Amino acid sequence: MSKEEKKILEQAPVEEKELDIFEQGRKDHPEDDDTIVKMRDVRVAFKIGSIERVIINHLNLDIKRGEVLGLVGESGSGKTTIGRALIRINKVSGGEVLFNNVKISGKIPKKTERLLKTKMQMIFQDPGDSLNDRANIDYIVSEGLRAFKLYKDEEDRLQKVQQMMQRVGLRPEYLNRYPHEFSGGQRQRIGIARCMIMNPEFVIADEPISALDVSIRAQVLNLIREFQQERKMTVLFIAHDLSVVRYISDRIAVIYAGHIVEIAEANRLFEAPLHPYTKSLLSAVPIPDPKVERKKKIITYNPAELHHYVLSDAPKLVEIEPGHFVRCNTPELEAYKAELERLGGKK
Amino acid sequence: MSKEKEILKETPETKEPEVVVDVQNLSVGFTVRGKKINVIRNISFKVYKGETLAIVGESGSGKSVTTKTFTGMLEKNGFVTSGSILFDGMNLAKFKTDEDWRPIRGKRIATIFQDPMTSLNPLLTIGFQISEVLRLHHGLSKQEAKEEAIKLLKKVRIPNAEARYDDYPFQYSGGMRQRVVIAIALACRPEILICDEPTTALDVTVQAQIIALIKELQEEYHWTTIFITHDLGVVANVANRIAVMYGGQIVEYGTVEDVFYNPAHPYTWALLASLPQLGSKDEALSYIKGNPPSFSSEIIGDAFAPRNEYAMNIDFVKEPPMFQISPTHCAKTWLLDPRAPKVEKPKVIQELHARMKRAAEELKRQEGVEDE
Ligand SMILES: Nc1ncnc2c1ncn2[C@@H]1O[C@H](COP(=O)(O)OP(=O)(O)OP(=O)(O)O)[C@@H](O)[C@H]1O
Ligand SMILES: Nc1ncnc2c1ncn2[C@@H]1O[C@H](COP(=O)(O)OP(=O)(O)OP(=O)(O)O)[C@@H](O)[C@H]1O
Ligand SMILES: [Mg+2]
Ligand SMILES: [Mg+2]
Repeated sequence: MSKEEKKILEQAPVEEKELDIFEQGRKDHPEDDDTIVKMRDVRVAFKIGSIERVIINHLNLDIKRGEVLGLVGESGSGKTTIGRALIRINKVSGGEVLFNNVKISGKIPKKTERLLKTKMQMIFQDPGDSLNDRANIDYIVSEGLRAFKLYKDEEDRLQKVQQMMQRVGLRPEYLNRYPHEFSGGQRQRIGIARCMIMNPEFVIADEPISALDVSIRAQVLNLIREFQQERKMTVLFIAHDLSVVRYISDRIAVIYAGHIVEIAEANRLFEAPLHPYTKSLLSAVPIPDPKVERKKKIITYNPAELHHYVLSDAPKLVEIEPGHFVRCNTPELEAYKAELERLGGKK
Repeated sequence: MSKEKEILKETPETKEPEVVVDVQNLSVGFTVRGKKINVIRNISFKVYKGETLAIVGESGSGKSVTTKTFTGMLEKNGFVTSGSILFDGMNLAKFKTDEDWRPIRGKRIATIFQDPMTSLNPLLTIGFQISEVLRLHHGLSKQEAKEEAIKLLKKVRIPNAEARYDDYPFQYSGGMRQRVVIAIALACRPEILICDEPTTALDVTVQAQIIALIKELQEEYHWTTIFITHDLGVVANVANRIAVMYGGQIVEYGTVEDVFYNPAHPYTWALLASLPQLGSKDEALSYIKGNPPSFSSEIIGDAFAPRNEYAMNIDFVKEPPMFQISPTHCAKTWLLDPRAPKVEKPKVIQELHARMKRAAEELKRQEGVEDE
């Protein structure tokens, strides 16, 4: 077979489909295809009058395609700020964010922005805040479908909405009701339905289940996992409950005061936590057992006492073992290495 | 080095403590598009002075509605249809106007809500909102109120409290807003503090600190706390007693030990079994299948029957009475009737304590490493 013949044969069955800019971005960088989101040196600041408050600075974070990345950290540490920067609600004032290798921070074409809205969705933290109280549930859940015409006809739309209501455990008869007629937990599930119906590639779930009770938590967690596995969806899962994060996440990133202090595979983080803040978080995990809880000792994290960072040896996020990063300076790195040694290698 | 803090817990007293709120046969309804629905269906329970009562149950089961009747905070379409709520010689179920409620609401019985924005005014600064309460309730001057407010902000661990006094709510993170709401409630020094899922938006460390703080102040001021939550980890930590709600009723009531180590209602079993701490990565978490009951038509029999693996024929026909298991413990299930067949509790429930101890040991190991 001649070279030409071979080429013709290879090309023949492929039907040319027009790729959108993000699909093109993936195709153009096959070497980077396992990373869906890249944050490079990202800075987010809020201006209050003439004062600028920098919340996130020099943040680097890769989110792998198809993974669930848990993001945990203290209240006010910047978790929501990161999520909102990814979805362009917060302005990124330094560095850049790439999605499928396409820049999505700063000034981008209208068309790219519009397309991004079908691919990236956020479930918000405050169930009360995020729902339009004048619209009924049917309207709220299908808003995205309507905006991007993602249905064949009215019947198809209604069916999609009803199916989604079922999946999040809400009765289809609720469609004509308004948000204020629901309990907090029910409202949060409406938010989840609104997000999932778009079949997004990437979901930022900002404490999606903290407003839900345990039985539905489990159901929603299973649901998110099901969606994620079925559709190879990528999820940034923001939460404060480490027991939940462990259950759902492939990897966990721990954030303190705007910096990622440790990132590792979920099990490894529990097995070999190195950063003192991670240890403090683990000590506070509530265990649903009265006798155990009564004996609980919480390790408090006091950065001023623990770290002595000077300009000459400022802390960096260092890969201390494959896939396990910790923020430290040189003396700390040595100490953490010794600690890892004592704990034994990665299983 | 890391400081360790012991969280102490009082052991429940042997003699029955003083009752501060006595709820008898309370029913609450709402009018929805001209139709009346019954949401709280004939519940009775006692709240004991100085204790913490936790109310747990799934979303929509009626936890918030129940406690809203204590402060007259039901939405306009809601009303108490029958029963009484006795507090300090008054029947709160009879209260109607804002005038009636003024001496109670926020003063003697205060509430911290699930969604902090229901309690904060987005247009006023954080500092103003706290100091306003202090001026109204304790008659402090402007300057005194500001100083006290900053103290309170520090108490709930708002960093740079002075600098952030003049911020607006949108400039605070979700968890910080909730801490502000807690500070406002603390400012009132109520006799009963209703916490409606106040810590669900907080990270575990802050959550643990806030709970410790509420407990600390409770001991100091002899408050009674009603803690609504679905986080059984929190319940295990804060509660003296637990009321489990399902479908607008209390289906189990007992001390924290009764409910964790000897649960009797199949709904409580299911609730405990779905704890993520009991799950593993390779199997789906167990959860309660089916939908919560709809209040739009009358509920016949045991509301949990359609979702109950242990349901008997009678559960679909007749509502079970409350069976007394011990002086402190009761449950509303036909399984406790002497004529009912004996059923084995699910394995995870029998092993609960052992499994939780193991989960704790896994975490304790880290402390061992620390000590070396
Ligand atoms: N104003 C209202 N009008 C009509 N129905 C209402 C109203 N407020 C509450 N309900 C209904 O009453 C039931 C109990 O609601 P409630 O808010 O007490 O639930 P909850 O147990 O606090 O749930 P969550 O954990 O989600 O906060 C729900 O089915 C809810 O839909
Ligand atoms: N619009 C804004 N203007 C000014 N400051 C803001 C704004 N949004 C957030 N911040 C500040 O940024 C910091 C990080 O807030 P963020 O909401 O990201 O925290 P978080 O980690 O999500 O906390 P939580 O767990 O409490 O939700 C906080 O100090 C907050 O006050
Ligand atoms: Mg947040
Ligand atoms: Mg509620």
